[in-house]
Amino acid sequence: EFRRFSLERSKPGKFEEFYGLLQHVHKIPNVDVLVGYTDIHGDLLPINNDDNYHKAVSTANPLLRIFIQRKEDADYSAFGTDTMTRKKNVLSNVLRADNHKKKPHIVISMPQDFRPVSSIIDVDILPETHRRVRLYKYGTDKPLGFYIRDGSSVRVTPHGLEKVPGIFISRLVPGGLAQSTGLLAVNDEVLEVNGIEVSGKSLDQVTDMMIANSRNLIITVRPANQRNNVVRNSRTSGSSGQSTESSLPSSTPNILANSLQGEEESDEEDIIIEDNGEPQQIPKAAPTSESLESLTQMELLHESTQNGFLPSSEMNLNHSTGSISMEYEVQDADHKSLEEDGTIITL
Amino acid sequence: MRRFLRPGHDPVRERLKRDLFQFNKTVEHGFPHQPSALGYSPFLHLMAIGTRSGAIKLYGAPGVEFMGLHEENNTVMQIHFIPDQCQLVTLLDDNSLHLWSLRQQSGASELREEHRFTLKGPPGSPPSATQITAVLPHSSREVLYLGTESGSIFVVELPSFRVREDRTITSEAVLQRLPEDSCNRRSCELVEALQEHPKNPDQILIGYSRGLIVLWDLQSSKATHHFLGSQQLENLYWQRDGSKFVSCHSDGSYTQWPVSSDNRQPEPLESLVPYGPFPCKAISKIYWQTTRNGLPYIIFQGGMPRASYGDRHSITVIHGSQQTAFDFTSRVIDFFITFSSEPAAEFEDPSALVVLAEEELVVIDLRTAGWPAVQPPYLASLHCSAITCSHHVSNIPLKLWERIISAGSKQNVHYSRMPWPIDGGTNVAPDPPQRDLLLTGHEDGTVRFWDASGVCLHLLYKLSTVRVFLTDADPNDNMNALGEDEWPPLRKVGTFDPYSDDPRLGIQKIYLCKYSGYLAVAGTAGQVLVMELNDEDAEHVVDHAEADLLQDQEGYRWKGHEKLKTRDGPVRFEAGFQPFVLIQCQPPAVVTSLALHSEWKLAAFGTSHGFGLFDHQQKRLVFVKCTLHPSDQLALEGPLSRVKSLKKSLRQSFRRIRRSRVSSRKRRGVSGNASEVQEANAKFDQDALQEMELAPVQRKIEARSAEDSFTGFVRTLYFADTFLRDSSRHCPSLWAGTNGGTVHAFCLRVPPAERRMDEPVRAEQAKEIQLMHRAPVVGILVLDGRGTPLPEPLEVAHDLSKSPDMQGSHQLLVVSEEQLKVFTLPKVSSKLKLKLTALEGCRVRKVTVANFGSCKTDDYSENNLAVLTNLGDIQIISLPLLKLQIRYPCIRKEDVSGIASCVFTKYGQGFYLISPSEFERFSLSTKWLVEPRCVVGAPEATSTNHVHSKSGLGSAARRS
Repeated sequence: EFRRFSLERSKPGKFEEFYGLLQHVHKIPNVDVLVGYTDIHGDLLPINNDDNYHKAVSTANPLLRIFIQRKEDADYSAFGTDTMTRKKNVLSNVLRADNHKKKPHIVISMPQDFRPVSSIIDVDILPETHRRVRLYKYGTDKPLGFYIRDGSSVRVTPHGLEKVPGIFISRLVPGGLAQSTGLLAVNDEVLEVNGIEVSGKSLDQVTDMMIANSRNLIITVRPANQRNNVVRNSRTSGSSGQSTESSLPSSTPNILANSLQGEEESDEEDIIIEDNGEPQQIPKAAPTSESLESLTQMELLHESTQNGFLPSSEMNLNHSTGSISMEYEVQDADHKSLEEDGTIITL
Repeated sequence: MRRFLRPGHDPVRERLKRDLFQFNKTVEHGFPHQPSALGYSPFLHLMAIGTRSGAIKLYGAPGVEFMGLHEENNTVMQIHFIPDQCQLVTLLDDNSLHLWSLRQQSGASELREEHRFTLKGPPGSPPSATQITAVLPHSSREVLYLGTESGSIFVVELPSFRVREDRTITSEAVLQRLPEDSCNRRSCELVEALQEHPKNPDQILIGYSRGLIVLWDLQSSKATHHFLGSQQLENLYWQRDGSKFVSCHSDGSYTQWPVSSDNRQPEPLESLVPYGPFPCKAISKIYWQTTRNGLPYIIFQGGMPRASYGDRHSITVIHGSQQTAFDFTSRVIDFFITFSSEPAAEFEDPSALVVLAEEELVVIDLRTAGWPAVQPPYLASLHCSAITCSHHVSNIPLKLWERIISAGSKQNVHYSRMPWPIDGGTNVAPDPPQRDLLLTGHEDGTVRFWDASGVCLHLLYKLSTVRVFLTDADPNDNMNALGEDEWPPLRKVGTFDPYSDDPRLGIQKIYLCKYSGYLAVAGTAGQVLVMELNDEDAEHVVDHAEADLLQDQEGYRWKGHEKLKTRDGPVRFEAGFQPFVLIQCQPPAVVTSLALHSEWKLAAFGTSHGFGLFDHQQKRLVFVKCTLHPSDQLALEGPLSRVKSLKKSLRQSFRRIRRSRVSSRKRRGVSGNASEVQEANAKFDQDALQEMELAPVQRKIEARSAEDSFTGFVRTLYFADTFLRDSSRHCPSLWAGTNGGTVHAFCLRVPPAERRMDEPVRAEQAKEIQLMHRAPVVGILVLDGRGTPLPEPLEVAHDLSKSPDMQGSHQLLVVSEEQLKVFTLPKVSSKLKLKLTALEGCRVRKVTVANFGSCKTDDYSENNLAVLTNLGDIQIISLPLLKLQIRYPCIRKEDVSGIASCVFTKYGQGFYLISPSEFERFSLSTKWLVEPRCVVGAPEATSTNHVHSKSGLGSAARRS
């Protein structure tokens, strides 16, 4: 079914409100749906948070076409770059489900349906030869799965080239988290652990640091293979908004702020059982500070970037229009070809 | 979180920190590791000990000690005091000579190295030409005579070490006027001994290894006498009047030679093989001491019959018809005789024999009949049985102190009452501020109580737990019982006995309540003994309780050692701490934590399986709690599990290799057999090293999980009277922390005193906290409303502490190996934390609350945490805000046993083992500092007696 309604472009409100509005308009208050829209390139892109919602509203020209799919029937493969142009008409594709069976797609599920297991962070503040990888360890389901060793690396110093001791990844356990991300490899040199430089530290010390941070491990490496480095063409596109060309040591405070905040998030989970009752998480006695919250936002921003849902192109915003009309569609397609096989694509 | 990263820059606080904290390593207690040389100054009454690592230590009256370290870290081969001077010369195994002086500076003497010197021969000469074998400091104090391997004797001036080539005594000069038949160059091969004539400083006696002895006149540069010994020479000793001397030889004989002006080539007066007629081992050193009554003391080292007693380390004393061969527990390094007479007296009148063996110092009183041993006030052999744990108790009440001393004195009746014979110097350090006890647990099931108040670590009392158990060793087996006609007349002396009858007897945990005199001691085989101090001998039955820590966990089999068998019926205990109840943990795994609350009369104990609470008033087990994770097979099976032991033995063997590499580097320059062994060792080391390089060390990075082994291992137990359930009523509680990051809290109901015997103690689990980082919990502490740690049991009752603040809300501090966390109570919410491992890569090994007083004002002090990490750093962390105050590097991080042995005191001091036999004492406090401060008197050629009269007073004052 199609519905058309208007929205205040200058005050789009929050995604939650918009989602509620959609449910209300379609009279499906208790149905989980996926919301998508077509951007100016004709790509079908999701709307699932404030940011991409705002983006969608601000780029509407002037009509914003919204697609709604019931979540359990959702065709995730419909999203992504070139989806609209490739398929010419996403609508026909979506409506004629049998078309779809011919091509098995790599399935990309929605961010809220899975949790990140790894990400590359701080691309904008690190030298291009370095890579900062964050591994998310939840519970005990998957081992981190790597080994480190002592070694030596060559550094450029004021006195010329010098051989200095370093810590290297020596082995990846097949099926482990480290291997499955593809972001770490044998012989990568470990430079930092959660923002702390490892130079001058012993193998045992670095081991202890990594294990202590294992629930939210951020390792900065110099990959042994330098061919797959991220090439930056625009510094301003960085998610954290930093465009300083700072070298590694001077950027450490910023790194610390990020990584520590992450830590704070993830490991304040001690559990208490009172009088043989149910285990509960131990609450914090002191309220969280404001700055932490803002950092949390930044972190979310990171993740969405990494998963490729945020369009990177700069848009001309049309501020003149007071209201936008929208087109939308609720999908009732009945294909169940989806499975969450956990394949994760990262940059 | 970020605020912990930046150290505070509050100038007021920074100034206060300077008044509170200061790091010093103050003194080494115990017996030097690997001693290699001994020296004694009869003038200063000071003894010097050199070690293989290049340290020299000087000891005089109790409290008088000095330490020096040679930069080279080479073995000290010989030590010689310069006669009548505060100076000494050391010879190292790299053939270097070092001159040390005791200089007074701002009221105390200091030991300093003044000069170093290596004897150089003419260009092209072999190294043996200048390899020093004998050193004689001449009584003129101006020159040193240096005997060498080549047979030449060089003369160097002091203190400049300038070689006087014109005065060199060459072997050619010595051989003049010698009959043709004994005159070949080989007779002068190596200078074995150099001795100055006791009456005539112009004559020196030179002994060559082949047996030739020459009396040399320094004025005329001529040999006046030749003594043609036929046996390989070991050593020489002048008799007091200079009319005779004694030589001792490698065949176990000694020979007396007359010296008179009419016979220039005399025959020996007497030659004896004291332990003949069968082949004997060499007599390596001999003393001939004259006495007023005419009967000399002949004292010599070695000479035992080779076949039957060749392995004994003996020193024989012969005085008239009395003869005893003192049999030492380890190799004799060297010995000397002290005598109380004036240097110029006609007779020596020896008073004591001082023997430095490899593992202990033994002093024999030669004045008292039966020649009893004298108990040394310092240089105690801490390792006479290996130390397995230690426990420090500060500020012991006088009453308990006296009772322990009295119990100890009953054990020491066999010691001589002779005042300590080495009594040089004056102790000018202030009396120790308080009475401190250091308790060491040993592998043989004993607990030793040391007076750790001052510079001299002194044994007060020894407690043995062995009597409670049935052991394989026969109690009637007395090693000292010897028959009448036993020959040689051996007598065992010394206490060093590293061989434990049964490793299960080993002491693992000690807890002493200084107010009540209750002591809890726990061991390797799950035994926990609760004891009480009794001033009399007593015979009684030890009650026995079993604590099944596995409870209803079925299907597990303990593959470790069995529990110790107990003695049935009453057991006789000597005065001192007497056990009245034995709690046996089942399975009998090592007791890993122990706590005692003497006010509530409760003892808590934990192993790798769980923990329990015992009411020692009613002698009833209150409860047990199994902490085991079902998958933890390793903990279940015990220490004999194959997987673990293999891993462990591999690790140990690598450690051993590394250690031997270090020590073999130090042990150079030993000739013959030893060097071959070394070569082989070196080769082995190299191979091992290569092997290690082939397989690089790698570490697995894996998050800890609940299934890891030994998560149930109970690391810490703590009693607290706090708000566990609600904020209106506080109650006794027991806290336990495990290796897996779990904290269990039990609410206790202890009946009031009047019904204490009638009603049972009850316990109920109130809380369980699981730290998500799952690191082992090493410390638990409750802070009162003021943020001050709760006082110890009975501390308030004895008016030694303020009552805790029960108005404000209490806080719980949990210290894991990785983080420190503060939670609120009774509702547990996390308040503060300090991460160590995540930020620095270090792990907490030891943690204690210590009170730091300001050195500026008497009325300011504060409680802080003293934390030792696995990197050997000590950090002081404030309470209750957990801010890092200061950090000091203390122990090398490779020194795993040093870190493991560290104990902190309640007033910011600490001890750790620097070798199996030595504790290093350190201080973190500006206020509490125990370090030697002493003066050694300037030379006074006439009398030495009054020099040390004051020090006697000092030591007497300390004991009172």
